[in-house]
Formats: sequence, C-alpha cells, structure tokens
Amino acid sequence: MIEQKKFERAYNYAFIDEGTKMEIRRKMLKAVAIPGYQVPYSSPEMPISRGWGTGGLHASLSLIGPKDTFKIIDQGSDASVNACNLRNFVKRMTECKTTFNTSEATIIQTRHRVTEEVLTDKQIIVFQVPQPEILRGVERFEYKTRIMHAEADYAKMWVSLYESYVKFGDIMRGAGYPIKVNGRYLMSPSPIPRWDVPNLSHSNAIQLFSAGREKRIYCVPPHTLIEPLEFEDVKFRVEEFEGIKCAVTDEGEAFMDEIYENESSKKFVINDSNFMDRLKEGTRPNQRLFKNPPRNQ
Amino acid sequence: MGYVAIKGGEDAISNAEILVDYYRVKDATDPIEIDQIRTQFRLLVDKIMGEGSIYAPEHAAIALKQVEGDVFESAFILRAFRATLRRNYYSEVIDTDNMVVERRISSAFREIPDGQILGPTRDYTQRLLHPNLAEETFGSIEKFLEDFEAGAILENGNEIPKYSRVVDLLRKEGILRAVEDNESGRLVDITREAVKFPAPRSAALQMLARSETGGLMCLAYSAQRGFGSAHATVGEMRVGKVKIAVKDSKGRTRSIGRIKVTEAEMLSRIHVPHKDKVPYLSLGYGLCFGQNETKAISMGILDRTMRSDGDAPSEAQEFVLYHTEGVESYGFTNHLKLPHYVTFQSGLNNLRQAMDRRKKEMDKWRVGNMTRDDFKKK
Repeated sequence: MIEQKKFERAYNYAFIDEGTKMEIRRKMLKAVAIPGYQVPYSSPEMPISRGWGTGGLHASLSLIGPKDTFKIIDQGSDASVNACNLRNFVKRMTECKTTFNTSEATIIQTRHRVTEEVLTDKQIIVFQVPQPEILRGVERFEYKTRIMHAEADYAKMWVSLYESYVKFGDIMRGAGYPIKVNGRYLMSPSPIPRWDVPNLSHSNAIQLFSAGREKRIYCVPPHTLIEPLEFEDVKFRVEEFEGIKCAVTDEGEAFMDEIYENESSKKFVINDSNFMDRLKEGTRPNQRLFKNPPRNQ
Repeated sequence: MGYVAIKGGEDAISNAEILVDYYRVKDATDPIEIDQIRTQFRLLVDKIMGEGSIYAPEHAAIALKQVEGDVFESAFILRAFRATLRRNYYSEVIDTDNMVVERRISSAFREIPDGQILGPTRDYTQRLLHPNLAEETFGSIEKFLEDFEAGAILENGNEIPKYSRVVDLLRKEGILRAVEDNESGRLVDITREAVKFPAPRSAALQMLARSETGGLMCLAYSAQRGFGSAHATVGEMRVGKVKIAVKDSKGRTRSIGRIKVTEAEMLSRIHVPHKDKVPYLSLGYGLCFGQNETKAISMGILDRTMRSDGDAPSEAQEFVLYHTEGVESYGFTNHLKLPHYVTFQSGLNNLRQAMDRRKKEMDKWRVGNMTRDDFKKK
C-alpha cells in the first residue's frame, strides 16, 4: 500500500495552476479585444460540478489576488446555497475579503442576474454561462454556428423572433435575450432576465462571460454598445412589475421575486438581496431603469 | 432575508455535508479497506480511472469509498484531482504489440496465429446469482487460491510471449487499409485546449477514452441496430499490461511503469462512392484504461462511424463527443436542482401576457354568449 503522504496535497493559490491561469487571462484579453466573440479556452476541471459555475470560477480565480474583495450572487441572492459554497471555496483558496455589499466588491461573480446597483470602472462582473451559443436554439451544430458568426449570418435568429411574433403575438424570449454587441457579434447575455439586458450597454465595469462546460469565454468591455434584437414595430420589452411593491421594503422599480404564501395569496419581494438590504437601511443605490416603449395596437 | 438567510444557506450546506457523511457509516459496519476496493472491485476501479482520466487505482478506490460507490461522482472527483497535477511529460506512444497479454480474441477468424486467449472473462458464464458469496470467508478465499495455484500450468516459464496482430494479415492482403481523407493528423491535448469541430482524430480518441462507458455503449449500439451503418467485427481485442515511457531532459527514453489497457481493433466495410472501385475494410480503434471491453469496443465502433458521412447520431462527431462526456453531462443534468426562479419568472411574465392578449382577442369577438371559437365552428 502507498504511503499516506501521497494524498497530502497543498493546492496552488486560487486552486488553478499558474500556467493555466495565464492561459485563461490571455483568452480574456482576446475576448476584451473582440467584444462578443466566444474564445475557446482550456477549462480545467474544478472540484465543483460542471454546470454549477465552473466557468465563473475559472474567470474569478484567474483574476483574483489577496487584495480583492469578492462578492458572489446566485439568482440575485448572496444567500443561495450554491453561492455560499462557491464563496467558501474562493475564500479558502485565496484568503481574499468577501462581501455582500455590491459597491465594496472588486470582483462580482453572478448567476442569472446583474446587480440593480450601477457598477463602477473599478469593478469586474463575471457571469456564469450555461450555454454561450445564442444560435444553439436555431442551429445545433457548433461547427456551423462558428461559420454563421464569422459571416455575421444571423438570418435564422431573426426568422425565429419573427415566427414567435406571428404565432404568439410577441417575442416570447424570457431570460437570455439575444443581443448584438458593438454592432457585430450576436451574443447570449447568459440567462439574465430582460430587465437586466439594457444595463449591459455602456457599463462602466468589465463584463466577463464564462462557460466552463462549453469551454468558452467572451466579454462586453466597458462603454460598449449592446442592442437587444427587435423590429421597428415590435420592440424589446423588459418584464413588467407595474404597481407592484416589495412586501419587505414597500419599494418598487426593481426585479421582483414572486412568493406564494399559500394557494390563494402571493407577495412580491425585491430579488437583489443586497439592494433590498440597502433599501432597508434607508438608502437607494444608483440604478439605471429601462422604460418599456408603448405597445402598438 | 439578508444576513439571516445567508446564515441559513451556510448552515444548510455544512449540515448536509455532515449528514451525508453520517449516511455513509450510520449502520456502523466494518470500514471497507481501500485495498479491498482496489482489488475486489477491480473492474469498477478500471472504469472510473478511465472516466476520471488518471491511472491511479488507490485514488480511485478512495473516491469510491468517499461517495458510497457513485460511479459518476467518483470519476468526477478523480478528474478534479488530476486537473491540479502538473503535466511534466507527454508519454511516448505505447506499444501494444509488446503487451503482456492476459486476454486476446478475434471474432473475425476461427483460429488465429498464436491462438485465441480467452483469459479472465465472464462472457461464457451463466449469470446465476451465487448466494454462497454471502458466506465467503478469508479461509475460503485462501483455499481457492491454493487449489488454483496447484492446478495452474506455466507453459512458457518466465518468458513473456509476444502475439502477432490479427489485423496485419488483412493489411498484407490489401483488404484492410486506411481511409484516404483529408483528416487532420494534428496531435492535440484536450486537457489543455478546448476542442473545435471538426476535431482531429487525436482529440476525438482522447475524448472517447475519457467518456462515460454507458453513454458510449448507447450510441455504439444505436449505430449497430440501424441508426448508422456500422457492421463492425472484432478484428482483435486484447487486454494486458503495456509499458509507459517518457523522454527525460537528455532525450533518453525512460520507462516509468506499466498500466493495464484494453485495445479493440474493429473492422468495418468502407463503401466507396463509384461503381468501378472495390469496397474494402478499415479500422475503428478503441483503447482505454484497465479491463473495460464494452468501452473499447464501443469506442472502436464510434471512431469509425464518426468518420463516415451520414445523419445518424453516431455519425455526428459533435453529437457523440459532447454527449458521451460523463463528467460534463452529469454536472449539467444535476445543475437543474439549483434555483432557477429568476429565469422562470422571466418566462412566466411572457406567458401571462400571452394569456391576456388571447383574452382580449376573444372579448372583441364576443356577442352575447357566443365566443370567437363558436363562430369558427359554424
């Protein structure tokens, strides 16, 4: 039998070895240089399950240093079990500071939300991406979608939006609404609600999107134009929470969670947990709110 | 919510971890020794070393013990462990011609040069449950071993016999040859580089060697049953130990040990497009860690189908390689257990608006008790 010391392993700082971290950072630089283009990267296995935020961890852990302050949210909440697990892992591997306070964080990792609070140029936000290929719904083969991107051939996507309008009277895309980056690449914003999509445009922060299982990194650099796909007469619209107030803070104008108390009654609570905490303290952080255009009848 | 909920999430996950550890040992039976798992669950260890992409039987046994025998989870733990190891060397090409053969068969010929060696296999056993294993003792194992050793005959003494290759016979005759296509011969390391499609054969074979046995078998079976055009024959399948060698800094070849592998050379007919040409045979190749014959054979079938034109699932390289990747498909399938309420809310919002639109449209057509649908019926 082997000696026990074989299994005593000290992990490298931030878990990933330095060579791979350098490789991931090089790929990120490429992603910054070509906004919206999906850059293939090595995507080493992590001790976290594939599909549970490995891509986000690759990006966060290749960027992080001991002086960073790390925040992680899952579905808008710092409290979500998976966010807790990933936060503990990052803290254990880097000894960095962690926070729930959006404005304090230097690196924010997120699953399926953008913070309500406007980010600054001192911050990087890392999105966990399940499916980086926005065209996957209209073209299942990767080698074909790469050609479509190269030729900026997005006809199939436009047709699918049109078909949705003809069949159902609206573009029925929920989360993960297709967006055009810098007038060139079509990109998946990851499954964030439409509510968050306009806030990706001309952001002050670097916005990195990382898909571990699919081994792709892409980026919306600061001050880059994002356009959700829409027609001249059928416009992009965000989720409507008109007249709805948060049951905890009595405030509106934020993305709401719908909570069923029992079969007959439900209430709404602000989804972004830190934003709600700040409201409870009596301050409303800076927000960018998108107003839906009037509907054509 | 806020801070209290954070505590809630933290406490819940750490308690769940303790609870699952409790479930592992709660019946207070004798702890299984790693050596027992390594030796008595030999085939399981082989399987997860292959899927875990690291040849380390003790680590595999520990992983199995840690997760109560969940194969997906064990393979995943090994993969995560291997990802932290530095790659110091690339090994030289292994030489399966000089394999220390435990088992080698060919289903293409009744007799083959140097003979068929059945070796350790359950292929021809009756699958009857052996209830007496419930009573197995160390004494009964020792007795069996004594009897076995007394009856064993060492034909060649200490000399390790070398076996010629069955498929070489066909190669000499010209019936078996490589398919002439413009396939990339570039050697890639899939652990350092994301695969792009069409993937070079080196990448495809590496991915198949790490893929999940059951998933691989499913697609290989579909190809034989009719969704694809594989009519594969086992040209030769061998199981045994091979030497691993690396080049040191001075360029000398150094042997670093032996590993057990299963190799399958599957023959299938290549259909040529023009009538004036003659069809011929070509190889589909499978090689994996340990004794895992189902995997090697499935791999040999899919290596061939992925390189043929057709629209069956097994013939689409991207489909086969992405979806037989066990660690990734396991992770993603289980990620559905994570909360998705934001995404779901976004979809709900759309559906409710669609219902409203429908209602308004219906109301426009309503005359007395008649709805639009009633008019349509008339």
